Amino acid sequence: MTDLTALSYTSEHEWIALSDEDGATIATVGITDFAADKLGDVVFVELPGADSAVTAGDVCGEIESTKSVGELYAPITGTVVEVNDSVVDDPSLVNAEPFAGGWLIKIRVEGDLPGDLLDRAAYEDLTA
Amino acid sequence: MTETPAPPRTSPLHDRHEALGASFTDFGGWNMPVRYTSDLAEHHAVRQAAGLFDISHMAEFVVAGPLAARFLDYVLAGRLSTMKVGKAKYSLVLAASGGIIDDVIVYRTGDEHFLVIANAGNRDAVAAAFQTAQATWASAADALPSSAAAATEVPEPSEGSGPRSFAFVAGSTGLTVEDVTDDYALIALQGPAARGILSSTPGVEITGTALDELGYYAWTEGTFDGAPLFVARTGYTGEDGYELLIPTAHAAALWDAALAAGADRGLVPCGLAARDTLRLEAGMPLYGHELSRDIVPAQAGLGRVVAVDKEGFIGKEGLSSGPADAPVLVGLVSEGRRAGRAGYPVLHGDDTVGVITSGALSPTLGHPVAMAFVAPAASAIGTELSIDVRGTRIPATVTALPFYRRNA
Repeated sequence: MTDLTALSYTSEHEWIALSDEDGATIATVGITDFAADKLGDVVFVELPGADSAVTAGDVCGEIESTKSVGELYAPITGTVVEVNDSVVDDPSLVNAEPFAGGWLIKIRVEGDLPGDLLDRAAYEDLTA
Repeated sequence: MTETPAPPRTSPLHDRHEALGASFTDFGGWNMPVRYTSDLAEHHAVRQAAGLFDISHMAEFVVAGPLAARFLDYVLAGRLSTMKVGKAKYSLVLAASGGIIDDVIVYRTGDEHFLVIANAGNRDAVAAAFQTAQATWASAADALPSSAAAATEVPEPSEGSGPRSFAFVAGSTGLTVEDVTDDYALIALQGPAARGILSSTPGVEITGTALDELGYYAWTEGTFDGAPLFVARTGYTGEDGYELLIPTAHAAALWDAALAAGADRGLVPCGLAARDTLRLEAGMPLYGHELSRDIVPAQAGLGRVVAVDKEGFIGKEGLSSGPADAPVLVGLVSEGRRAGRAGYPVLHGDDTVGVITSGALSPTLGHPVAMAFVAPAASAIGTELSIDVRGTRIPATVTALPFYRRNA
């Protein structure tokens, strides 16, 4: 079980897990259970390719449910180092395990983290 | 005529939906369940077993009196006067221009008695159309039929019915039109297991035509725990099933009883998300998407609904003056998983020839489907078009509707 209080969040309903790998900061990114519930059953995800550059706040992918289309905003500036192929093959992972098997991309963080990331309490206030 | 209560309104079954953990959405001014657990699971349940939908947001009007049939022939596009008692018929409310004010299902509940079910969002528009039509409808009042057989009444509300939101009695013609929406809940039980579930729902007694003798687009009646129950073999999913009209005070008990009776047959409660993908696969139009006041019936493939040879009816003049090159409704199928959505442009080569009105990845078929209005020149079955999906061109082929048809 993922410790949700250890994650950072954005107001666009993404979660971010930061880790250190060989001196670089790696951000694993997904969408929250709240966002997944709002979308309904996810049937298609389009993610940026590995090695592509993403900029915090810019659209970098799409998440489609039967009912609607959601945009994926890059929560952090950096380079995509890994894409979750499992979720591309089986988008229902976004609904089933939004904080685990439904992760979307890993980004090697470049520069400072955005100042407006939310902790769990602040994110819960946002979605209350 | 008084105003309907301010939206968002809630169904008589609202507490049941909350207890079942539903997510809600505003639809036609009503706060209704969009899903309970998963849109896809609910969709598949209806195709494979059964689903239970609360559609109490839909509007019901009772049209009664010696001239009811002739009035409906005037205010609706079809010929309702030749319907047999016990039958249902899909019809349209047209504006004078020929544009579509609403699509409705009409049930003949007696020689002089009809039930008209309209869309929630068009409740006031249909009421206004009835009232306007009554005012312009003078000539027919001269010829009152001499014989007036007894009507089979739609079930009377048992208790707690507040003031009617809309009703009129047309002077000397003996015509009454009444909005009874707030007196009833409407529950749809849809799917191949629907008949077995309804037959075995405790408390349901069918007193009219037996369920196994009831034809499609026909209705029967009965009781549920002593309350009158109207059972129509109609629906909006492309599956066999029923729509159940019950006085609001008994709605929750019927909902609970049906869910319990269907629990071991795969019945699940279903929200509007599944209802939308089900009707899309079945090629059924949704008002506000495929139908509007700017669309005439022939454009939407509904020319057969209009009895053009009727003497005088609202919209008749307008229908004869439409442009020949008006866009027409087509089905589009694509490969992959990326669906065109309402509002996306449709192209033929590099020319924009139309726009999508509804689209989704079809849960049953596994590929994207859409309905779109396109120029007649691009509408032939098999025409290769493309959809502009947020800047990406997705190939799409014009195909016959419906996308999905159940095995009869």
